[in-house]
Amino acid sequence: MSLSVIAVISRFLEEYRSSTSNKLKVIDAYLLYILLTGAFQFLYCLLVGTFPFNSFLSGFISSVGSFILAVCLRIQINPQNKGDFLSVSPERAFADFLFAHTVLHLVVVNFIG
Amino acid sequence: MAEQHTASDCKQRASQGAGGSVSGNGRPNTAAGCGGGGGGLSGGLTQPAGWQSLLSFTILFLAWLAGFSSRLFAVIRFESIIHEFDPWFNYRSTHHLSTNGFYEFLNWFDERAWYPLGRIVGGTVYPGLMVTAGLIHYLLNLLNVTVHIRDVCVFLAPIFSGLTAISTFLLTRELWNQGAGLLAACFIAIVPGYISRSVAGSFDNEGIAIFALQFTYYLWVKSVKTGSVFWTIGCCLSYFYMVSAWGGYVFIINLIPLHVFVLLLMQRYSRRLYIAYSTFYIVGLVLSMQIPFVGFQPIRTSEHMAAAGVFALLQAYAFLQYLKDRLTKQEFQTLFFLGVSLAAGVVFLTVIYLTYTGETPNLPDSVCFRYAKIHIPIIASVSEHQPTTWVSFFFDLHILVCTFPAGLWFCIKNINDERVFVALYAISAVYFAGVMVRLMLTLTPVVCMLSAIAFSSVFEHYLGDDMKRENPPAEDSKEGLGPNIKSIVTMLMLMLLMMFAVHCTWVTSNAYSSPSVVLASYNHDGSRNILDDFREAYYWLRQNTDEHARVMSWWDYGYQIAGMANRTTLVDNNTWNNSHIALVGKAMSSNESAAYEIMKSLDVDYVLIIFGGVIGYSGDDINKFLWMVRIAEGEHPKDIRESDYFTPQGEFRVDKAGSPTLLNCLMYKMSYYRFGEMQVTLDFRTPPGFDRTRNAEIGNKDIRLKHLEEAFTSEHWLVRIYRVKKQENRQALDHKDLLSVLI
Repeated sequence: MSLSVIAVISRFLEEYRSSTSNKLKVIDAYLLYILLTGAFQFLYCLLVGTFPFNSFLSGFISSVGSFILAVCLRIQINPQNKGDFLSVSPERAFADFLFAHTVLHLVVVNFIG
Repeated sequence: MAEQHTASDCKQRASQGAGGSVSGNGRPNTAAGCGGGGGGLSGGLTQPAGWQSLLSFTILFLAWLAGFSSRLFAVIRFESIIHEFDPWFNYRSTHHLSTNGFYEFLNWFDERAWYPLGRIVGGTVYPGLMVTAGLIHYLLNLLNVTVHIRDVCVFLAPIFSGLTAISTFLLTRELWNQGAGLLAACFIAIVPGYISRSVAGSFDNEGIAIFALQFTYYLWVKSVKTGSVFWTIGCCLSYFYMVSAWGGYVFIINLIPLHVFVLLLMQRYSRRLYIAYSTFYIVGLVLSMQIPFVGFQPIRTSEHMAAAGVFALLQAYAFLQYLKDRLTKQEFQTLFFLGVSLAAGVVFLTVIYLTYTGETPNLPDSVCFRYAKIHIPIIASVSEHQPTTWVSFFFDLHILVCTFPAGLWFCIKNINDERVFVALYAISAVYFAGVMVRLMLTLTPVVCMLSAIAFSSVFEHYLGDDMKRENPPAEDSKEGLGPNIKSIVTMLMLMLLMMFAVHCTWVTSNAYSSPSVVLASYNHDGSRNILDDFREAYYWLRQNTDEHARVMSWWDYGYQIAGMANRTTLVDNNTWNNSHIALVGKAMSSNESAAYEIMKSLDVDYVLIIFGGVIGYSGDDINKFLWMVRIAEGEHPKDIRESDYFTPQGEFRVDKAGSPTLLNCLMYKMSYYRFGEMQVTLDFRTPPGFDRTRNAEIGNKDIRLKHLEEAFTSEHWLVRIYRVKKQENRQALDHKDLLSVLI
């Protein structure tokens, strides 16, 4: 532990600010927002109780699902990862993102009761 | 000659590509590519790629046709009828769905089963089968092709067997190459292990579930290979169909996380894997909870915890990989220690919380042990739950069970991400198939795939044309194979395949094509004798009893009585309430007066039993009687003791030497009422009352029933129905009391 944790984190944040493109930063901001909505739903459930459980589950899974799908989009449009995704162009990644969201939200709306 | 040279050239390249590759190269592109090149170079066989796809299409179509036709033995020999027991309930539900609509079906409370408890059908059934059959029926009728719902149900499984062959082709093509895919499709179309649960007339969940299983696995392998969210969502939708179709979906939701976990251990983590599994888990989770029967189980029971655990692990691993790429080694180590201690703290707190609230998932109740539960007599009594014998393996899979380890070895030798998956699938399926006969069905697809891979590799090696290579080896060099050994091996393999086809057809025809509702026996001259007793008795019930009459029988026949006779039953094959079944068992095993009390309390009007003593039918209720006693003893150990029904020497005998408890119990009396007068065989040396199934002359020939009267006995005495008499109006007085009243 030669470097303190704070120093590591601040260096990481500096490096993040400088080297990430704007497109990815937008997605990261969206990720943070989704994370907050999920955290608030969970907090609400802890405070108020789990009835009706299916509504809580559908809302929470909607948050987690949106988060995961946005992370997948971020991975797929990152030009550094191009070697992994030969058949998936950034446009295709975004189209898949929309399709996945349609399916996810259809199910969530059905489940919310 | 020139085009033959290039064609075999392509074959060499394809075989080298498939056989010698180390990382994900078993793709058919090489064959198609050089096929196109060959067409351009020569003028002979134009567009070999076109011929190849025509050949594939024809082979798949023929496989579908073969699978469909070989399942039709029962329909041709007897008629288009629903078989066995469970399919009758599925048929009745589908009938309810097609007449009353989807929402009525989803909210259906059946008060004609499990009297007086009833059954919430909407919440205790996997609706996929009924919805599929109902949808096909609806679409056909919309096009004015008026097909009866019964015919849709009878022929659904053979049609889906063709679809299973196609999805197995797709899956094997992703794993190896197109040739192996075609072989796998042909194998699974006719293999007896799958046919046993999907003949025409066997309208059961497995008929569509195996198709959904293979298709889900194909889409999973495709999404791991491409890393595209589109294929993953397709996999989730297919998984949703599988959850709606069969309880065996638990196999998928444990095998896929196991695959991911093993890939992580093998250091084969990749971003495609992360995308595929995370999306699959979340969207699959919320989709699977839409089925009412599954409900909230995916986040509560221990069977689904492995998937959640791997999901959390994968998130952590991916995040750590991301950090590792951005930071130097020292910085990463600092953060790593912090992260690990945080994670350990979270796990510790969670364990404390769970043990405090008492909600620990019961780990021994995991998937492996669940299938091996032998301590509950009702599960142990089902013949399909017995351990598998070696004979069953060979009977159901023939030559495939011998070549399947070879295919597994080829997969492991040329390992890549998707071949890890099929190796894990094979190992887990072999374990489950060894535990229970019924799970042979989950082993069959993977055995077909791996044997196809083995056969395909062998054929490629021995059918390749050595002489036409770039540098043909010298005549007697050690390299290359002599033409003799090549043709011998090829002939041997073809003979094996032909014997396999003959065996499959023979097994299907003799062992798996009996409807069980209609029995057939063959006379000395070969003519057929049909025994239609079951349907005769059920139709008697349907036409001669009150519509709200309640029929008591053993649970095996519950679905058939509800389906064919349309009467309320007490217990049926769903076996969800052990105490209720134990009550029925107690009534059957007690003497007549005690049984009458139970029957009065349950409002029973008719009692139905199966008796095989006249024709020698061995599946009758006296042969099942000991199970009734055991189940009743489980709930009422003070009233029923199994040892009472055996002779002092420990034998189960129905003749004069049998135990008095047995000779006076209700089941014995009902089975042998009036049987003592009957001359069973034409040979007059055998005494009247000779039970042909137990090969004994019965002990108690003069049976008198006090509270029951015989209502109906079928032609060959197979089904016997008794009416429960109501209580008498006035109690008979004793002579002593009469005198004391008069005087």
